[in-house]
Amino acid sequence: MGSVTVHSFWTVVMLVVFIGIIVWAWSGKRKKAFDEAARIPLEDGDDAGQGASGEKKHG
Amino acid sequence: MAEQESYNLKVVRQFAIMTVVWGIVGMLVGVLIAAQMAWPVLNFDIPWLTFSRLRPLHTNAVIFAFGGSALFATSYYVVQRTCHASLFAPGLAAFTFWGWQAIIVSAAITLPLGITSSKEYAELEWPIDIAIAAVWVAYAVVFFGTIMKRKVPHIYVANWFYGAFILTVAILHIVNSMAVPVSLTKSYSMYAGVQDAMIQWWYGHNAVGFFLTAGFLGIMYYFIPKQAERPVYSYRLSVVHFWALAFTYIWAGPHHLHYTALPDWAQSVGMVFSLILLAPSWGGMINGIMTLSGAWQKLRTDPILKFLIVSVSFYGMSTFEGPMMSIKTVNALSHYTDWTIGHVHSGALGWVGMVSIGAMYFLIPRLFNRELYSTRLVEAHFWIATIGIVLYIASMWISGVMQGLMWRAVNADGTLTYSFVESVQAMHPFYIVRTLGGLLYLSGMLIMAYNIWKTIAGAKPAKVAVVPVVAH
Repeated sequence: MGSVTVHSFWTVVMLVVFIGIIVWAWSGKRKKAFDEAARIPLEDGDDAGQGASGEKKHG
Repeated sequence: MAEQESYNLKVVRQFAIMTVVWGIVGMLVGVLIAAQMAWPVLNFDIPWLTFSRLRPLHTNAVIFAFGGSALFATSYYVVQRTCHASLFAPGLAAFTFWGWQAIIVSAAITLPLGITSSKEYAELEWPIDIAIAAVWVAYAVVFFGTIMKRKVPHIYVANWFYGAFILTVAILHIVNSMAVPVSLTKSYSMYAGVQDAMIQWWYGHNAVGFFLTAGFLGIMYYFIPKQAERPVYSYRLSVVHFWALAFTYIWAGPHHLHYTALPDWAQSVGMVFSLILLAPSWGGMINGIMTLSGAWQKLRTDPILKFLIVSVSFYGMSTFEGPMMSIKTVNALSHYTDWTIGHVHSGALGWVGMVSIGAMYFLIPRLFNRELYSTRLVEAHFWIATIGIVLYIASMWISGVMQGLMWRAVNADGTLTYSFVESVQAMHPFYIVRTLGGLLYLSGMLIMAYNIWKTIAGAKPAKVAVVPVVAH
């Protein structure tokens, strides 16, 4: 097999993989897990310090 | 049961403070060289202060010192908090901080001396390149080590973007920096001719794609949900956003080499992939902005959120402009003109700068266990910076299109209508406006430095933040 064949084959494989990722991401089965994943930053406990929500009004 | 573990915030604090410091230094050099374009006398006939030597100092300082410190700080913070794990190999993390600062200082010394490999955004000579590779490998070990010891089963999407940024930059830097040293301060690229050019812009555009985009998208996917107190608009879209960027960005580099010795087919591939990039870029932009859906009123009162959301708007704007400029016929007009400079700065000041600034305003009070000194000063910073960006990019658009049109104008007999110096003269007022825009943006950073100083002065470091024991 020449390198052109290999590269063409590889490009098609990558395209199929990418379409597979889209199908996987939009499949109903993933919905619940993704909803949970999206909440990870919001449920990482409180920070040291309370920060931005209650800034003092100086200056 | 192991002892209570606490997050490693020291290295995050160090990088966060240096983000502000290097931002001011890098932008100050930028304002100086912008002023030199308007008033060349400002190089004072001192070789170290000439535009040619300070320009790479400016780009290295804002990209790798300011942007790099922001990425180190936020990635170390985000990976710990979303993995419920403290940093892997804290000694190595400290090494990345001191190593990165040493590299920045050595860049600030060698570039004004004229020591350069002359590759754009990769000017540093080989001993510094080796140091960068060493620090970067340590960074990868700390980051991926932390991911491996995570207590949350899912790897949050921000970490995917940070991970791609770390991995890709390692590969880009090592391949592009391959060189034959002839002395301690001089080397020659291992590649020659058009291959050298292609590898340089494979590196150059992916430095934009993975350093200045993927890394800062990691910031977007963590800090916008945090500040808006809402989960990201569509998590599945964020997954597709990640893979689409990973699959397409790597091919866009040849658009830097339109109408050169690069084969036509390679130029066309670069153009097509740059056009395709519009889709994932705008998918990501929509995902970031729509995270606020149902909470738009927060934008009215929260200047930190203004920084974050406007940054994503600039991301959308420059990722529309970029694909358009990669079209060969458009590029025939825009290339080598100020339009390119305007495009870069709408991405750099608007997207990268503003998202980093917003993240630092979020982060620094928390890291030092303080409340932010003044929200009104953040509001002032936001408006001054925004006006500065608008002045900068509008003047460069006008100047750039004008340059392009003047250069290509021909008389009926085929001779050029304008001499080069006439186009230089026509650019002068726009160079003054550009300098003013840069000065405003720098002033905003000085306000930030004051605000941050008042926030943390006398503060004890943050109380120990304990890693949550209960895993998901």
